[in-house]
Amino acid sequence: MDFFHVLVVLLESTIRVSVPLVFAALAGLFTERAGVFDIGLEGKMLGAAFAAGAAAAVTQSVWVGLLAAVLISVLLSLVHGYASITQRGNQIVSGVAINFIVAGSTVILGEAWFRQGGRTPALAEGARFQTINFPDADMIREVPLLGPIYADLLSGHFLLTYLAFAMVPISWWILYRTRFGLRLRAVGENPGAVDTAGISVIWLRYRAVICCGILCGFAGAYLSLAMTAGFVKGMTAGKGYIALAALIFAKWRPANVMFACLLFGFLDALSIRLQGTPLPVVGQVPVQLMQALPYILTVILLAGFIGKAIPPKAGGVPYVKER
Amino acid sequence: MSTPYAKLPGWVEYGLIPLINLAVAFLVAGLVVLLVGENPLEAAYHLINGAFGRGEYIGFTLYYATTFIFTGLAVAVAFHAGLFNIGGEGQAYVGGIGVALACLWLDQTMPWYVVFPLAILGSVFFGALWAFLPGWLQAKRGSHIVITTIMFNFIASSLMVYLLTRVLKPLGSMAPQTRTFAEGGQLPKLDWLLSAFGLDVGTAPFNISFLLALAAAFGVWVLIWRTRLGYEMRTMGHSPSAARYAGIRESRITVITMMISGGLAGMMALNPIMGEQFRMQLDFVQGAGFVGIAVALMGRSHPGGIIPAAILFGVLYQGGAEIAFEMPSISRDMIVIIQGLVILFAGALENMFRPAITRAFAMRGQRAAAVVQTKGA
Repeated sequence: MDFFHVLVVLLESTIRVSVPLVFAALAGLFTERAGVFDIGLEGKMLGAAFAAGAAAAVTQSVWVGLLAAVLISVLLSLVHGYASITQRGNQIVSGVAINFIVAGSTVILGEAWFRQGGRTPALAEGARFQTINFPDADMIREVPLLGPIYADLLSGHFLLTYLAFAMVPISWWILYRTRFGLRLRAVGENPGAVDTAGISVIWLRYRAVICCGILCGFAGAYLSLAMTAGFVKGMTAGKGYIALAALIFAKWRPANVMFACLLFGFLDALSIRLQGTPLPVVGQVPVQLMQALPYILTVILLAGFIGKAIPPKAGGVPYVKER
Repeated sequence: MSTPYAKLPGWVEYGLIPLINLAVAFLVAGLVVLLVGENPLEAAYHLINGAFGRGEYIGFTLYYATTFIFTGLAVAVAFHAGLFNIGGEGQAYVGGIGVALACLWLDQTMPWYVVFPLAILGSVFFGALWAFLPGWLQAKRGSHIVITTIMFNFIASSLMVYLLTRVLKPLGSMAPQTRTFAEGGQLPKLDWLLSAFGLDVGTAPFNISFLLALAAAFGVWVLIWRTRLGYEMRTMGHSPSAARYAGIRESRITVITMMISGGLAGMMALNPIMGEQFRMQLDFVQGAGFVGIAVALMGRSHPGGIIPAAILFGVLYQGGAEIAFEMPSISRDMIVIIQGLVILFAGALENMFRPAITRAFAMRGQRAAAVVQTKGA
């Protein structure tokens, strides 16, 4: 029973830390499937988290915060789109640039506006997301096995948490069951064919980039409006890169994205849990190894030792219409 | 990658366009200063004064520039072979192990000129090793170099935290760092170089690794433009298929290029570890690996451009510290914004102003031709 309890707690924190990863990785899924590589997920998430924290602190409204997050994130996405779609610049370089600009601006503006060392003021109850408790969660908790699963694992999360996991089938449906999704995937594999069919490659890619912006906005808002009450500088702490790793690990497929994010989230939760406690058989595992594990796994996957990760064929290449 | 633009004269291609891109980056940075509620001109004054106002400031500027020459060269070498080495940060970090091991081993018994060559070898070895794996994985297993080098940056960071907290930390110490090196692990300052110009270096850690950086820049120039290997690298960067038809072994070039790139990035560790802090600390690289990307982009991947670009970023770092000191509402993070803007405008948006400039030159050319014609008639 004790082991079961530990497991439930562990899984609960796994869900909590996986949410921003799921949003960000799905965001990357949309652009990368359309042929625009994006290593600026980190920057967009950070910018969104700051916008959410700042707007919610000023207006005391969680919804204005969420809106600001999505707005800023979409704007940053459009900068990336303009550089890599319209100006046909290097997509990697553009992504790196966005990460830098956001990392610096959030600190400078946060300090200038709120004067709390780059933080935004702590948010009061109305200005942040509240957990949603399922009906009778407290009563059912006493039921063995199913009780804790219902009360602790399923109930008691934020609205954005449920949205994140709902976005997985929704993304799948958009990408695989709509005309837009079919074209979006086609433009990432063979933009020439899409162009020949009389569909604008540029406009399609811009729409994909906007989808990415919206989802990164949710990821950022979750960080500063739900997980914590306010923005702290550098609060994404590499989550954008983990999301990128998860996306590759998932071989650019929606359901796999969710499982990869949960796996990486689980490793994260486990590393916190295992700090200082020796494991049977292997003995003490350094925390650093656990933290590096998602990256190591991704490298091993990329090397083709566990299956092959094949990126969209036209990814990273700007489309030049023939004249 | 993109449509070819009309050929422009060299000074426009390598002088005017980067300058315009840089100017736009600074204009946008000025807007951020305005947004904070400060005067951009005042900030610019503190930037210039803080970088050049005194001999000591110049010493700091050149100290930072030394670091950026190494990382800029590292990115540039890979660029020439069409590889985007985004892992300079991790390679420099791991390169520090080589420097620290040489110093910890010999600093108490040997003078610096014995330790230094070993430290160079150590830094190159570890930096190259950390770049070898992504290079090999790209060459043999087809994994994308950008993604693997990003992952390797994070793995390096975890590895170094582990080493510094558990292995290299002296007993009884809490701080995650090696012990302070004795005299043998400390590089001499280059005060004589600046005093030749009548300047006093003061406390600035401007040291002999600056000369090593200049030598490395010359070495890269020789390698890329004067050797067969460099020719093969450039061929591969221009057209992988042409390289393949010419019988150039792609995988071999990829691995060698990445190792040279990683070795150069690793050498960066000499400057802060042996030249300033005299110990290896957590996070001593401080983003210099990423600055290298901006430096290489600004300098058009040519050593002759990389040195001034590295000095420009040295100015930003030293002058930025002065801005932060004089104008409390602007912190040092301003540098990060400017850096990002330079990467954006000089890198991703480098073609934004090119059509307009090309058109302007085409018009001038036509007019000149028309003048010649009317004179001829």
